[in-house]
Amino acid sequence: MPNPSLPRQNGKQQDPSVRKKNFEEVAQIFTREEALAEADRCLHCNNARCQANCPVGVQIPAFIALVKENKVGEALSKIMETSLLPAICGRVCPQEKHCEGNCVLKEKFGAVNIGMLERYTADTARKEGLLTTPVCAKPTGKKVACIGSGPSSLAAAAELARAGHQVTVFEALHAFGGVLRYGIPSFRLPREVIDAEIETVKAMGVTFKTDVLIGATEKVADLLNQLAAGYSASGAGLPPLLGIPGESAVGVYSANEFLTRVNLMQAYKFPQTDTPIQIGHRVVVLGGGNSAMDAARCAMRLGPEAVTVAYRRSAAEMPARAAEVLHAKEEGVVFDYLVTPKEILQDENGRVSGIKCTRNELGAPDAKGRRRPVEIAGSEFVLPADTVIVAIGQRPNPIIAKTTPELKTTERGVLALDDQGRTTLPGVYAGGDIIRGGATVLLAMKDGLEAAHRINAYLQEGK
Amino acid sequence: MEENTILVKESLNSAVVKFVIYKPLIAKSARAGQFVILRGREGGERVPVTLVDWDANNGTITVIIQAIGKSTCLFNSLKQGEKFLNVAGPLGTPVEIKNYGTVAVVGGGVGIAEVYPIARALKEAGNRVIAVLGARTKELLILEREMTALCDKTVCATDDGSHGLKGMVTDALQALHDGGEKIDAGFVIGPIPMMKFTSRLMEKLGTVSYASLNPIMLDGTGMCGCCRVTVEGKVRFACVEGPMFPARTIDFDELIRRTGEYKPLEKQSLQAFEKDHVCKCGLH
Ligand SMILES: Cc1cc2nc3c(=O)[nH]c(=O)nc-3n(C[C@H](O)[C@H](O)[C@H](O)COP(=O)(O)OP(=O)(O)OC[C@H]3O[C@@H](n4cnc5c(N)ncnc54)[C@H](O)[C@@H]3O)c2cc1C
Ligand SMILES: Cc1cc2nc3c(=O)[nH]c(=O)nc-3n(C[C@H](O)[C@H](O)[C@H](O)COP(=O)(O)OP(=O)(O)OC[C@H]3O[C@@H](n4cnc5c(N)ncnc54)[C@H](O)[C@@H]3O)c2cc1C
Ligand code: FES
Repeated sequence: MPNPSLPRQNGKQQDPSVRKKNFEEVAQIFTREEALAEADRCLHCNNARCQANCPVGVQIPAFIALVKENKVGEALSKIMETSLLPAICGRVCPQEKHCEGNCVLKEKFGAVNIGMLERYTADTARKEGLLTTPVCAKPTGKKVACIGSGPSSLAAAAELARAGHQVTVFEALHAFGGVLRYGIPSFRLPREVIDAEIETVKAMGVTFKTDVLIGATEKVADLLNQLAAGYSASGAGLPPLLGIPGESAVGVYSANEFLTRVNLMQAYKFPQTDTPIQIGHRVVVLGGGNSAMDAARCAMRLGPEAVTVAYRRSAAEMPARAAEVLHAKEEGVVFDYLVTPKEILQDENGRVSGIKCTRNELGAPDAKGRRRPVEIAGSEFVLPADTVIVAIGQRPNPIIAKTTPELKTTERGVLALDDQGRTTLPGVYAGGDIIRGGATVLLAMKDGLEAAHRINAYLQEGK
Repeated sequence: MEENTILVKESLNSAVVKFVIYKPLIAKSARAGQFVILRGREGGERVPVTLVDWDANNGTITVIIQAIGKSTCLFNSLKQGEKFLNVAGPLGTPVEIKNYGTVAVVGGGVGIAEVYPIARALKEAGNRVIAVLGARTKELLILEREMTALCDKTVCATDDGSHGLKGMVTDALQALHDGGEKIDAGFVIGPIPMMKFTSRLMEKLGTVSYASLNPIMLDGTGMCGCCRVTVEGKVRFACVEGPMFPARTIDFDELIRRTGEYKPLEKQSLQAFEKDHVCKCGLH
């Protein structure tokens, strides 16, 4: 009998005072005992709300039942029927907004720790050699390109390979994974986990190519001459800045640059690696999303005196994943709410010397229902800072649209899609952050899966 | 043949090396003013260098690299037959090639190599092309023969007077002007102060000037914002919107500050590298 009233297992974590000095994973994998105890709490609801609220429909009660029987290999196969990146999702999905947020146990006993169980299943099955590469259908002889190698493209590539198509993933950078590789730090998502998940997609017969910037190295039209269809998931690009004076001062980073230096280029190992990073004494991160949390926690690990996150609304409106905010606080990151930066101050050498800010109070809700920050008159003050990281969102990558005249865009510069996920170029579909302008791994994957199904249908029509 | 293989390596002087690299896709799509990003080893930096030449038939591209720091010293120690780890491109917006009338292409140091493909494209578009080449000393002045063969007129200037005019490229441009040359447009590539003063002079002489900027870059695909420069008071990303911009309104002083950001760390990196390698670039 399930026993939901047992305490929720949260697993062990590296001690904050230790982990704030390293880039090793914070959360430790469940032990078998912890996993079994947690699996025991699941009620295996019919019409499970957790499953209904998973954007890719992971069969949650069913996989947890297999964990309980100690059949981790089968449990993993069950997850992989709908999600090809379980070790990643188990670590980075905002479970509190999807599965766990809808668990019937949530109010009374605390939700089942579905994220940690997913991760346990994926890591354990892989380690014990129980992962079965998904079976692919008979080759169709059709070739499909996936542009970018972020989660959206990986999901599409795997699903297309499963349908028997010959898939090539083209990545502009020298390493695969998109934001998983250059944005999300190794202490949340170890590099080996990304490598392993990509190996699985490779084992399904997908070819991966680095250093190909579609639109520049090869035009979309040229690709379509060689291939039957394409999925464009080139993610976000061109980081938005604040548009306030002083943003080009030395010591101001966009979150993308800061995180790319640390995560993709491994600047934290400099001079063993060649790309440097400059960290000051007082770091201020502007923003309140996942990028802001990652930037703040990476900065902390580079050893400054203080790291502050300055956010323009209050704690309740912060879009970052709850666990990241908690972890950041444990590691000593200070949060300063209801703050709007007005100007980045510079010393005589053009280096950051502080941020002129104003205080806000919360006003009426905006279109999304979040209460709008309203400036308090006369509240100006200076936040001391010598490194500033601007983490205020993402804009869609413009390269594909710019270099492909056949692709129409909306007035916001986003590729125009019809209700079938089709671009204006026949055979080319698009999804993920390039369309959503900054969402989640899961939503990006969902777009990839849906596009793969549509491409299958399109190819079956014999085009 | 494997991609990224070095087919030809040739030293142009003690610090500057020319590489011909096998990279068919880039050879097919390259245009004047674009660049590639190179990496030499695992853990290596992503370093932007200009596409100096390309040959779609043979699938090759040519780059010319001056050793000034760790990564460029590492590149220049690669041998013929070895491979670059990564070669990505072509990146950046090509220079607008049309008939401007009489144009000056101005190169300083390794900038001479960078401006060469632009000179060639401008010549093909029917311009009268004057090359103005500058270097500290004769030994460092590269591609004079190629430029002379290509351009309608070529003038050289060296700081120490060991070749051509004694002085800077600005002195050479002033001399051309004083000699009655009316130059409609100028394309300048070289050290930042040289670009700053050259474009100022050009505006004074009634020449519309363009400068190719070399901010620090990371991804080179418009994702990170590291390469931002201020032109006409607006933030522009040099790796996608440049590297060539109308020079009159470029904030060169900001660019100098921003490219100096990592100087102490770069020095540390180079010293660590030199402990293991004997650097043959002669500059250190
Ligand atoms: C710092 C940070 C932390 C985040 N944390 C979380 C989290 O904890 N949980 C969560 O669910 N979501 C998180 N997100 C959001 C999530 O990572 C993204 O929504 C998701 O990665 C989008 O996937 P994608 O495949 O659409 O694009 P991306 O992951 O951006 O991948 C796009 C890839 O395409 C490549 N590319 C671009 N142009 C071209 C081209 N022309 N040719 C070839 N390749 C090209 C890029 O180099 C890149 O590798 C985070 C985002 C950031 C920035
Ligand atoms: C668009 C563009 C085209 C270029 N074309 C050429 C070329 O054809 N031939 C050539 O020899 N050089 C070229 N450069 C300059 C070349 O990229 C730098 O010399 C090189 O990055 C220095 O790296 P390093 O490790 O050897 O030296 P470092 O010791 O790292 O740096 C020395 C100096 O180079 C600059 N620099 C450092 N890292 C970068 C970087 N990632 N991007 C840009 N500048 C940097 C800095 O101002 C620094 O002070 C170009 C630069 C740009 C932006
Ligand atoms: S180098 Fe990253 S945006 Fe230009």
